[in-house]
Amino acid sequence: MDIVDEALRWLNDPLNWSGPGGVLALTWAHLWISVTAVALACLVALPVGLWLGRRGRGARLGVVVANTTRALPTLALLTLLAASGLFGSTATIIACAVFALPPLLTGAVDGLVGVDHQAVDAATGMGMSRWRRLWTVELPLAVPVIGAGVRTAAVQVVATVPLAALVGGRSLGTIIVTGFGTLHYGQVVAGGLLVAALCLVAEGLLALGQRALTPVGLRSLARSDRDSQHPDQRDGARRRRPPRGREPSGPSLEQLPTQL
Amino acid sequence: MADAPPNPWLSAQYLRDNAGDVLAALGQHVGLTVEAVVIAAAVALPLGMLAHRRPRLAGPLLSTAGVLYTIPSLALFAVLAPYTGIGRVTVLIGLVLYALLLLVRGVLVGLGGVDPAVKDAARGMGFSSTAMLWKVELPLALPAMVSALRLATVSTVALTTVGVVVGAGGLGQLLFRGFRSNYHAEIMTATLLCLVLAVIADLMLAVAGRLATPWRVR
Repeated sequence: MDIVDEALRWLNDPLNWSGPGGVLALTWAHLWISVTAVALACLVALPVGLWLGRRGRGARLGVVVANTTRALPTLALLTLLAASGLFGSTATIIACAVFALPPLLTGAVDGLVGVDHQAVDAATGMGMSRWRRLWTVELPLAVPVIGAGVRTAAVQVVATVPLAALVGGRSLGTIIVTGFGTLHYGQVVAGGLLVAALCLVAEGLLALGQRALTPVGLRSLARSDRDSQHPDQRDGARRRRPPRGREPSGPSLEQLPTQL
Repeated sequence: MADAPPNPWLSAQYLRDNAGDVLAALGQHVGLTVEAVVIAAAVALPLGMLAHRRPRLAGPLLSTAGVLYTIPSLALFAVLAPYTGIGRVTVLIGLVLYALLLLVRGVLVGLGGVDPAVKDAARGMGFSSTAMLWKVELPLALPAMVSALRLATVSTVALTTVGVVVGAGGLGQLLFRGFRSNYHAEIMTATLLCLVLAVIADLMLAVAGRLATPWRVR
């Protein structure tokens, strides 16, 4: 295929990889924006989510917020910010952070609400103070769910950042947008492949990171929570679930990233 | 630049002067959304039912849909555009693929959540497995499927705007043009229309879902 050839040639040209507009620089910018946005969102969402979760309320709140933000196109928020004078990375970081809030919030709330009451009771019975209980019992038990929220948010942010190229933000999306603008479709395809690869790699790395962060005793639990993808391989040597358990486990539909 | 021309965020003047453009963009947006959701639903329902009957298929099916879902729309449109052309076909394919994951999962969650006691009762009454699927399992799965449909529709409304990169973004077209010409009213109008569209679609589907499941007491 002509265009595939062109894309491969584009990817093979060292000039496209180096320099300020090269793939490496753009990937770096992409990752930097993503990390900043996720960190910013975590800073806001996790304390609020933990607070709501400790009060045992607001489990529905995250879902409601998430569904509302789904209706607001990221592109709209980006153009609104850009038109109000916030160009480039700052606007991108703010917009991405806003869209990362719902999964983080839901994760934190659901994580704490889902902690086994008996474990909390036992901790109280052992004389732990509220803060100690939160740090040594509730948080570790909530890590798989909170981690799932962070992972969802991060994957979503990495996938959203390319859009910022439309309003002048520098990221791997820039390659695609420039390609469309100059009618170089090989470059467009190359950019598309690079962005897709980055997102898939980010998803894979975060899955590994989440596993590393999860307390060992909870891993089987976390696996059955997250890995809806391979229900057959998951159980391995262990007992297969009864036939009724066929419904996909893992994040509820509401916790899936907003695709943009 | 003491007297910059006014550039309000909301302007009735803009709506009056550009009614045709706005309506055309809105029409394209609604058309794309409806077509995408209908096609995705038509594909997802049989796929979901098949995966429910043959659980071996569920894993690969969901993971394929999951991988597709991880690819950002901008990248997907970029890879598709040279083959399917600049225009609505490319956008439509993208939107259908993204809605598919949500809908297939919705069907699977719904069918998997049917109370086994009810299925036992149906079997005891002599329902064949096909009859049971149509008369017992699908109606009982309807609420979960409707909520997936609502989610997919709202997401699709928002996602359609990205179609602007291949020239068929509905209201995204206005967003981008407004951005290019720094026309605040155009951006704000398009944004608000997107939100209104999503809310209306969501409410309509919610009401339809309620009407379709009269036995549910709320």
